[in-house]
Amino acid sequence: MTELNINVHHLTRVEGHGNIIVTARNGKVKEITWEIPESQRFIEAMMRGESYEDVVWIAPRICGICSIAHSTCSIQATEAAFGVQLSEQTMLLRKLLFNAETLQSHVLHLYFLAAPDFLNVGSVIPLVSTHPEVALRALRMKKLANDLGDLIGGRKTHPMACIVGGFAKLPEASQLKTMQQRLTQSMGDLKETVKLFKSFKIPDFTRETEYIALRDTKEYAFISGDIASTDTGTTPITDYLEMTNEFCVPHSTAKFTKHNRDSYMVGALARFNNNYSQLSSEAQKTAEDLELKPICHNPYMINVAQIVESVHVVKDSLRILNELITRGIKEERPEVKVKAGRGIGAVEAPRGILFHDYTYDDKGVLTKANCVIPTNQNHNNIQKDMEKLVPHIINRSQDEITHMLEMLVRAYDPCISCSTHFLTVKYV
Amino acid sequence: MKPKLAFFDFTGCEGCELEVLNFETELVELLKQVDIVNFREAITEKGEDYEIAFIDGGITSESEIPRIEGIRKQAKILVAMGACASLGGVNCLKNFRPMEESLKIVCGDTACDYTWYYDTIPARPVKAVVPVEYELPGCPMNRYEFLRLVKSLLLGKRFELPNYPVCVECKLAGNVCAFDRGEICLGPVTRAGCNAICISNGRRCWGCRGLVDDPNTDSEKEILQKHGLTVGDILRQFRIFNGYLEVSK
Repeated sequence: MTELNINVHHLTRVEGHGNIIVTARNGKVKEITWEIPESQRFIEAMMRGESYEDVVWIAPRICGICSIAHSTCSIQATEAAFGVQLSEQTMLLRKLLFNAETLQSHVLHLYFLAAPDFLNVGSVIPLVSTHPEVALRALRMKKLANDLGDLIGGRKTHPMACIVGGFAKLPEASQLKTMQQRLTQSMGDLKETVKLFKSFKIPDFTRETEYIALRDTKEYAFISGDIASTDTGTTPITDYLEMTNEFCVPHSTAKFTKHNRDSYMVGALARFNNNYSQLSSEAQKTAEDLELKPICHNPYMINVAQIVESVHVVKDSLRILNELITRGIKEERPEVKVKAGRGIGAVEAPRGILFHDYTYDDKGVLTKANCVIPTNQNHNNIQKDMEKLVPHIINRSQDEITHMLEMLVRAYDPCISCSTHFLTVKYV
Repeated sequence: MKPKLAFFDFTGCEGCELEVLNFETELVELLKQVDIVNFREAITEKGEDYEIAFIDGGITSESEIPRIEGIRKQAKILVAMGACASLGGVNCLKNFRPMEESLKIVCGDTACDYTWYYDTIPARPVKAVVPVEYELPGCPMNRYEFLRLVKSLLLGKRFELPNYPVCVECKLAGNVCAFDRGEICLGPVTRAGCNAICISNGRRCWGCRGLVDDPNTDSEKEILQKHGLTVGDILRQFRIFNGYLEVSK
């Protein structure tokens, strides 16, 4: 009978620290744990007492990979608190900047973190000599996304040009045109990416769950809209606490989230399942090509949803660039009037829906903050997936089971450094 | 034999490690010259026979101390990457209030009954725990400065950080002085090497690269006075990345 002693300490190729623990005796599962030993940083406590300009400066430091998402969410929460009105140009630039991060993060995950599992290598590094065209394509696509981030945000990691009310520096028309050409040329690399992932055998595993993502009536939502659930419909972002239901469990200090079921999923697949009809036609074609249909309940297909979204954000960026070039970039200095109040920001970070909830006093000094991060919301879902998956594959070798579990966690692209809270999920 | 490099992450956002992955052709060239044997964020292999160790993030928990000591023992050269590892960085903001208060803020009133569980100590830079050969300050670090350091190490040359303030680079960039735009800027006392990227993008300097060796505090005070500001105003600003200096005094 099967004996299992799986202990993956500090799972590699994920952002942040996580452990997988599975034990079985005589074919019976004793323990399945997705454990997070990441050090607590107390970000929400750090922000208290800081002025709003410093708050939005600290917020991106929550996570190096999704710093644009945290920056945007922090800025939007602050704008909501102060009642700041935004120009159309600001919204266009903000979406463009956001697309840069989504593309950058998805390419990083697909090529550097996920693809090595399918190509049976430990990392992207051996690919430089064995599959140079794959490695160079990955670096080229990442560079493009980073350059777009640099152009609009001043810098991709911890951007500085995006500020409360607008932008401190605006791109020039010639720079936008160059970027337009480069993005158009990148469609070839995207096609090759589709081809590459089409050649991979994605594990077949399904577990029905609830999917939560932003939804905007006008477009495939990343930085605007209401909260949508595949189970319960839409809710305004101001009621986010009813959706996330975050709570500490005293004996494990875990912060869990759940809504309509035991757990829910956020991220690329959750967005795809909720908002498929708003994807660009090229992105929908890509989904068809890769056999991804809504509602898909296979978590390993998150990788595929990321490819579909990569196509979408490139197409969407081309549309935005075209609009910005046609209307011409106008100098505008945002006006911000500080006032006391509470504001909630919600954006779709690459890994899923993210909330920043701030309360400011009349001097613009932060008195209270709450940040609910995507990976935090996915934890419970990862745990439940593992609980269903392990009994299914219990007769396979320990190495094979370990590999399947590692791939499962990696598919979620967990971003544990985002842990603004202490996260420890412990089931015994 | 190619030198063996290892990357380790402690408490931080992992943005500096990400900067290493943000190279394009430079990364391919780098891999011809060195072997990366440990880089949890990007590779599965975990080699323990490295010579040069790069540390991302600062020290904020008890369990991180023996871990960094172990790395120090193995590495011939230890490099602190980014503001958290080299200066303490934003992590040190938590040092300004009692731990129990931070716990309550983040995890609610019941959290304090479980303080035994939270392995957390006042945040500090790597050099506060073990000796460090080189530092690459900045939030995030400047990846071209990282490349310059690696090249120097490969050639056996000494690597030096610029020892003049951001103002020098800012003037060269032709920027309007942030003080003249009515902002509090830390450029006059902060170590250059970032090409004044924040001011060039319409912002001010937050001091993420730390102080120059002999900051011209008199001149900074003069500028402050001219603009009706006090030393207190600037210290408050300096705290965002350099709070460790203030607390460790």
